Amino acid sequence: MTNLSAFHQLSILILGFLLVATGIIWGVKFAPKQAEELKLRMKTWWYIFAFLLGALYAPPPTLAICLGFVSFLALKEYLSLIPTRRADRRVLIWAYLAIPVQFWFAHTGEYGLAIVFIPVWMFVLLPVRMITIGETQGFLKALSELHWGLMINVFAISHILMLSRLEFPNFSDHRALILFLIVSTEINDVFQYISGKLFGKHKIVPKVSPNKTWEGFLGGLILTSILFYFVGPHMTPLDHNYSLALGLSVAVAGFFGDLSISALKRDMGVKDSGNLLPGHGGLLDRLDSLCFTSLIFFHFIRYFAT
Amino acid sequence: MGYLLRLIFEIIFFRPLTLIVVGLRLRHPERLPKKGPALIVANHNSHMDTPVLFSLFSLGRIHRVCAVAAEDYWFSNPIMAMFSKHVMNLVSVKRKRAPGESVEDILANVFSALEAGKIVIFFPEGSRGEPERRSEIKAGIDIICKKYPTLPVHPIFLHGLGKIMPRGDPVLVPFFCDVVIGETLNDHAQKSLSKDLKEIFDSLEKEIDRPEWH
Repeated sequence: MTNLSAFHQLSILILGFLLVATGIIWGVKFAPKQAEELKLRMKTWWYIFAFLLGALYAPPPTLAICLGFVSFLALKEYLSLIPTRRADRRVLIWAYLAIPVQFWFAHTGEYGLAIVFIPVWMFVLLPVRMITIGETQGFLKALSELHWGLMINVFAISHILMLSRLEFPNFSDHRALILFLIVSTEINDVFQYISGKLFGKHKIVPKVSPNKTWEGFLGGLILTSILFYFVGPHMTPLDHNYSLALGLSVAVAGFFGDLSISALKRDMGVKDSGNLLPGHGGLLDRLDSLCFTSLIFFHFIRYFAT
Repeated sequence: MGYLLRLIFEIIFFRPLTLIVVGLRLRHPERLPKKGPALIVANHNSHMDTPVLFSLFSLGRIHRVCAVAAEDYWFSNPIMAMFSKHVMNLVSVKRKRAPGESVEDILANVFSALEAGKIVIFFPEGSRGEPERRSEIKAGIDIICKKYPTLPVHPIFLHGLGKIMPRGDPVLVPFFCDVVIGETLNDHAQKSLSKDLKEIFDSLEKEIDRPEWH
């Protein structure tokens, strides 16, 4: 085990965890309807991790292509969820074309471009394209919704890829960094869910999500921080204390990322963002926390470790 | 040969377009016909409607599925007609009746496809109309049902394809599209589908979330 890199160890750990979870779901007697739902959800988890590990193990451009494709699906789901204007058809094409450009910058390690392309260049280009079409009715709403969509679905997801281009003095296992970001975000969700189920009493934001409690949030925060304190130094270039601080940040960011997508869905009057992931809902239902944690995780590590 | 061309075209063009660029959200796939003869009736908003409906069927069965298309466009010259017939599996109908022709004459190719046991995709509204708005159901569907009173008819409601590729705009913008498959209708005696279909499409439309688009 000690000869294996952190990335391989984490991969094996995930497979072990999935096997155990699958065994539990198949072994324990649940109510038929619940069992069906759990099995479906578990099956999708297997597909998600097969896709993710495949993308990480394959030669480098694969990860960029796979994440770019995820970004495309997420943006498409987002645009299918919100009201759009017929006049903006060509503006939406520009938004889609921003994906290959952004992922090209992220893949080639052009940090200066990857970090400004969507917040600066697309911020200017989208209104330019809209103005040349000339529809003023609903202009601000359409523009801001589209730009927020690019930030969440393209900019944030490309940060996962950008992790692979960071340079550290004493650390080179970038795939471990990426996998750890994704796994810790998902585990934080699970920790929050379990703590909420066990101890949940006081609702934290009942208007956005009636199921979220203070106990769930704090439980997730504590457990995720403990995880980061012990495992973080192995998977990232950070020491124990910085890793603990990152754990706290990831737990908070994940919580609010999750709730932002919940608020968006509530605003649109839908339960799920789509049906791409059977048992989970849409892609955004799964990416929700990651949209915020990827940004926080990347910039924390870039600032403190490079 | 035609079968092979059809398959290749479906694999390299139609399927990637409908399943990856567009992306389908399918409701009640178990209601699809397993074998012909059967009629698929769908609302019509876009050139993408036909490829999307084709992609609901497995590649092994694709040669048993054909779609009705306007003769004056899809069969306007010999090369186009060859392509439409063999590569796209289209069945021609005339949009306008010549003097002395009956509606039955116009639909002759649909009848022969059904009699050959095929699954036929039919748009009872005729032309594509305004994107994301439904048009009047024409009389053609009643004529077919009168001739075959026990033919299984599968109503399918499509949403989003008018957003993806509306009439008169060649640019394709990706959106997920909803495909809601209704319950099979197979007793048409004493009934007029041209009247009932509006309500059926209305009820299928209620099953999906439909963000504003104007």
